[in-house]
Amino acid sequence: MKVLVAVKRVVDYNVKVRVAADNSGVDLNNVKMAMNPFCEIAVEEAVRLKEKGVATEIVAVAVGPKQAQEQIRTALALGADRGILVEAEDVQPLGVAKLLKAIVDEEKPDLVILGKQAIDGDNNQTGQMLAALAGMGQGTFASEVNVAEGSVKVTREIDGGLQTVELKLPAVVTTDLRLNEPRYASLPNIMKAKKKPLDTKAPGDFGVDVSPLVKTVKVEPPAERQAGVKVADVAELVDKLKNEAKVI
Amino acid sequence: MSVLVYAEHDNASLKGVTLNTVAAAQQIGGDITVLVAGSGCSAVAEEAAKIDGVAKVLLADNAAYEHQLAENVADLVAEVGKGYKYILAAATTTGKNFLPRVAALLDVQMISEISAVVDANTFLRPIYAGNAIATVQSDQETNVITVRGTSFDPVAAEGGSASVENLDLAKDAGVSSFVGEELAKSDRPDLTAADVVISGGRGMQNGDNFEMLYKVADKLGAAVGASRAAVDAGFVPNDMQVGQTGKIVAPQLYVAVGISGAIQHLAGMKDSKVIVAINKDEEAPIFQVADYGLVADLFEAVPELESKL
Repeated sequence: MKVLVAVKRVVDYNVKVRVAADNSGVDLNNVKMAMNPFCEIAVEEAVRLKEKGVATEIVAVAVGPKQAQEQIRTALALGADRGILVEAEDVQPLGVAKLLKAIVDEEKPDLVILGKQAIDGDNNQTGQMLAALAGMGQGTFASEVNVAEGSVKVTREIDGGLQTVELKLPAVVTTDLRLNEPRYASLPNIMKAKKKPLDTKAPGDFGVDVSPLVKTVKVEPPAERQAGVKVADVAELVDKLKNEAKVI
Repeated sequence: MSVLVYAEHDNASLKGVTLNTVAAAQQIGGDITVLVAGSGCSAVAEEAAKIDGVAKVLLADNAAYEHQLAENVADLVAEVGKGYKYILAAATTTGKNFLPRVAALLDVQMISEISAVVDANTFLRPIYAGNAIATVQSDQETNVITVRGTSFDPVAAEGGSASVENLDLAKDAGVSSFVGEELAKSDRPDLTAADVVISGGRGMQNGDNFEMLYKVADKLGAAVGASRAAVDAGFVPNDMQVGQTGKIVAPQLYVAVGISGAIQHLAGMKDSKVIVAINKDEEAPIFQVADYGLVADLFEAVPELESKL
């Protein structure tokens, strides 16, 4: 079984982002970039499927700038077999989904695993859109994935608890936090990854128009919340909540 | 101009967040139609018809929609939604699941989780875990949008008298089926709808210690949440998670217990009206957003708080 896994290059999880002075976006100069944490979980799940003998080949795909090669190399170091980078900047989720659909048509994977959202745009759209365009079932926000013959059972994190669905293969899965704990790449595997094949493509190669459909007019910092007061003890806290804030 | 609002429900009753979504629809302007898709859910449609400001209710009652399977619901909404300028759903795990699918079927770029309506084409939405607010504009023929419920005051549940129209549209994509679900049973209010939320973090040390928070919650009529650290450590289930990748809450009172205040957690609660932090580390970033901070050992402070309520 072939697994396609999508990875995105984003600002590192630990970086506190700042809005650019001209309000055009966030300041990405000299900021550490990394693989989106949900994509790390997607890669890990694919690698585990391979270790279990369920998956035979893992293809890692990224849509992003030239430097997104680094994130594909990371996926290769973790266990993916080869990579495809579609070089394009600031592609919106529908555009990414169309590119992935074109790659799905060529590669014919049985399972596509993506992160449920990227921590930059917080859109949470691409996996669902890909599934729609490819006519596949989707198991979003997955906390457990069990592949069987011709189908996959996905347990999903929903607002009220957990829901399990069964999907015909091929299908799309998007990962939630509890699906697994991603491993770190070992040095020998990082070295080996440098020799694994990585194809570079352009959106035009797939005949996909990736011009943005929603325009970002400006980006601003959120309203600052002022720090309040420290109370001395529980009695003062209860008094403030009752008589000053009047919330209890 | 017309707006289609997708109703959130459990086949028996309408979920409150639908009222917040209708509020966003009203700010956009135009005739509002509510679509109720489910199975054996006519009571929900009757409830939706009473919502203040709703002009029409469409009811798609069919077994294919019973469990809100994204594949089936998206096919339905994409077909029904063709005649509308806007298609709105709440940014819940239901809305987030099926609505991007609708957008892709209609070949439009969806706008996720808006927090304000500037005008009919312009919206605000948080990005980077709420560390930046983007103003976005769309000139698309159809605008497909999820709405952050806590950012819009709900409209009145009563006062309307819309007509209910039955849709005879069974869409079964045939690629997915429902196997089962485990819903958390709780007598406490829903996290996203509660007036008071009390959350525990890594400082709680284990799941059993959350019992202290449940006791306080029962006195305050509060819901209990948790930080991602507490969920990752296995103290409590993920459906209690408040934050960027969990639930977004904005209660009247939010009490953070043993939570350091990582930006991903703040993203989920910083719009709360009053924030209280109880933490023994006075340098914890949570104190920078708290209206009232108590530097104390939570294992002493929380039982004392309970006794004083």
